[in-house]
Amino acid sequence: MKYVDEYRDVHLAERLLDQIRRTVTRPWTIMEVCGGQTHTLIRSGIDRLVPEGLRLVHGPGCPVCVTSLEQIDRALAIAAQPRVIFCSFGDMLRVPGTSRDLLQVRAEGGDVRIVYSPLDAVRIAREHPNREVVFFAVGFETTAPATALAVWQAKRLALRNFSMLVAHVLVPPAMEAILGTRTNRIQAFLAAGHVCTVMGYEDYRTLAERYRVPIVVTGFEPVDLLEGILMTVRQLESGRYEVENQYARSVRREGNLPARNILADVYEVCDRPWRGLGILPRSGLCLRPAYHDFDAERRFSVESVTAIEPAECRSGEVLQGLIRPDQCAAFGTLCTPDHPLGAPMVSSEGACAAYWKYGRSQDRTIPGTSMR
Amino acid sequence: MTKLQNPLAASLPGACPLPHLAGDRILLAHGEGARLTRRLIREILLEAFDNEFLRPLSDAALLPPSVGRLVMTTDGYVVSPLFFPGGDIGKLAVYGTVNDLAVCGAEPLYLSLGFIIEEGLPLEVLRQVVYSIRDAARLCSVAVVTGDTKVVPRGAADGLFVHTTGIGRMRPGIDLGPHRVQPGDRVLVSGTVGDHGIAILSAREGLDLGPTLQSDTAPLHELVRSLFESVIDVHFLRDPTRGGVSAVLHELGDAAGLSVVLDEPSVPLAEPVRGACELLGLDPLYVANEGKLVVIVAPQDAERALVCLRQHACGREAAIIGEIASMTPPQVLVRAPLGALRVLDEPTGAPLPRIC
Repeated sequence: MKYVDEYRDVHLAERLLDQIRRTVTRPWTIMEVCGGQTHTLIRSGIDRLVPEGLRLVHGPGCPVCVTSLEQIDRALAIAAQPRVIFCSFGDMLRVPGTSRDLLQVRAEGGDVRIVYSPLDAVRIAREHPNREVVFFAVGFETTAPATALAVWQAKRLALRNFSMLVAHVLVPPAMEAILGTRTNRIQAFLAAGHVCTVMGYEDYRTLAERYRVPIVVTGFEPVDLLEGILMTVRQLESGRYEVENQYARSVRREGNLPARNILADVYEVCDRPWRGLGILPRSGLCLRPAYHDFDAERRFSVESVTAIEPAECRSGEVLQGLIRPDQCAAFGTLCTPDHPLGAPMVSSEGACAAYWKYGRSQDRTIPGTSMR
Repeated sequence: MTKLQNPLAASLPGACPLPHLAGDRILLAHGEGARLTRRLIREILLEAFDNEFLRPLSDAALLPPSVGRLVMTTDGYVVSPLFFPGGDIGKLAVYGTVNDLAVCGAEPLYLSLGFIIEEGLPLEVLRQVVYSIRDAARLCSVAVVTGDTKVVPRGAADGLFVHTTGIGRMRPGIDLGPHRVQPGDRVLVSGTVGDHGIAILSAREGLDLGPTLQSDTAPLHELVRSLFESVIDVHFLRDPTRGGVSAVLHELGDAAGLSVVLDEPSVPLAEPVRGACELLGLDPLYVANEGKLVVIVAPQDAERALVCLRQHACGREAAIIGEIASMTPPQVLVRAPLGALRVLDEPTGAPLPRIC
């Protein structure tokens, strides 16, 4: 398959691995920001093929995982209302709120639907003028342009029965929050390639200089990640801290200008709570006053819904890279994909789910077979 | 509501000719045992399935004696949409049950056929499904020998549900099951995986993934028959439907107390399925199939089994995809192209498409 196979080429990957092994002379800790990168690393086993001292730490880049419990509870409260059609990306349906999830709301009679594009929710609103259609707008800078387009279109069509529960978050403030903690151990970042496809990477220069960390914008296939790791360790080994772009086939310095324009038209930057990280200043997107009529929080008066995160779940520390998922006492015991305590165990991009799914096996010779 | 085998069926001498009341949609009256029910049975069902066992329209079918052990299976079909690229609910209802018999080592003989119809279903839709069932049953040489129709009020079902029960005759000398599986045995699959699940998903959600994306809905009894007739000592057979290849291998591993190691690059995938899985964040090993076999044989039989499968139209892309291992606790492992092993977890419910 074009644009996939060439970035999974085993020979190329082995050559890059070899170069990484030859470049690394001491231990380094690198964070891959995006959950999609975490999954590729673990699925392809790269985290176990790099030299021993090179630690890869999984970052907060899973939109489902970082959506606060409070916002999930608000979604559940809206979705349970009788006239509402609640539309969401599939990932969010199993994310536990304080006492249930969207799948349970559906089983109890709520009209909860999976959509593949926010524009589908606008279409549903046009088809059901007597129902209230709410779209759950979660995600980073990658999904935000599409939700912005949806609300922009709804306004143009003067749809009175469409609104969005907005939980958008921004990547650079989360990276800065991690770098700013006293416990920080991260020495370099593989920045999220698709976020930079939209936003470009100018914002990262200040971050790289202020905290003296190399930042390499990196893609999602095994060869991308290995090349990103190689570029990062070369910087670390030579004492540089620059912003570099491994994912040049998708990312331009200035990003995608039409996407940035619609974001700026519809959203403004606001403070937002993150699961496990607390409220981060200027880390989220909220609807501008011109779009307040489409704000589900106002329409359904759920601003008063608050929630306390379960104490046993250490997803906050996982999301900051302070512990590995399997270092949490609840991992695999109290917390499994069947009974998730926190979102990182639910989402297909969550670090805990990735560990559960792929990470529980040791690479070793298998007794009784001819396989290596 | 009545049984399909209404004893008052067919023509009572001197009865008034039935008015053409039915219109073009199924009414609750079609299930209430009165004239419309009889008409439905006579004009649509009996006409399609006529055979010596069904014809008396008795409460139960009287079948001839059989030599050897009988095998019986049952399955409900609730697919939406009813028609999808590569198949429909009718084909699925026949092939699904035929395949369940075949993978147990049985030759399929008879089917029962139950319909639960939602009031308002266009009669033409029912007719199309019935014809599809008729053609599929002929292809598999199975007779529909008894049946039932129920009509439920609008909203109580999703158009049409079909239920089939199958009876087959066990081939002599066949011993299949987890107890036969040994470390070192090879795991084969009869073709590309995940075609059905992705075809349904794309039809249901209106994703346009190109004209080549088709469900693999197909009968497997002939493929199974040729495996046995080639005197291949098959240890284990299963059709990986819901939960995909992963679910079958997890069940096998638990039952046999053994592990399975798959070689990821060897798993055959159709390009559109691969593309859709990449796009939606799904693993094809978890996606449903409706015309594939998972075959487990001793290592020395693996090549012969592969040649045998590849001689059939629906086995052309068969491949050896892995091996049974003795490590415990039982798990299913996948070797990625770079050589690292990962655990293939048991699926939790239906896979949900990811956000970005």
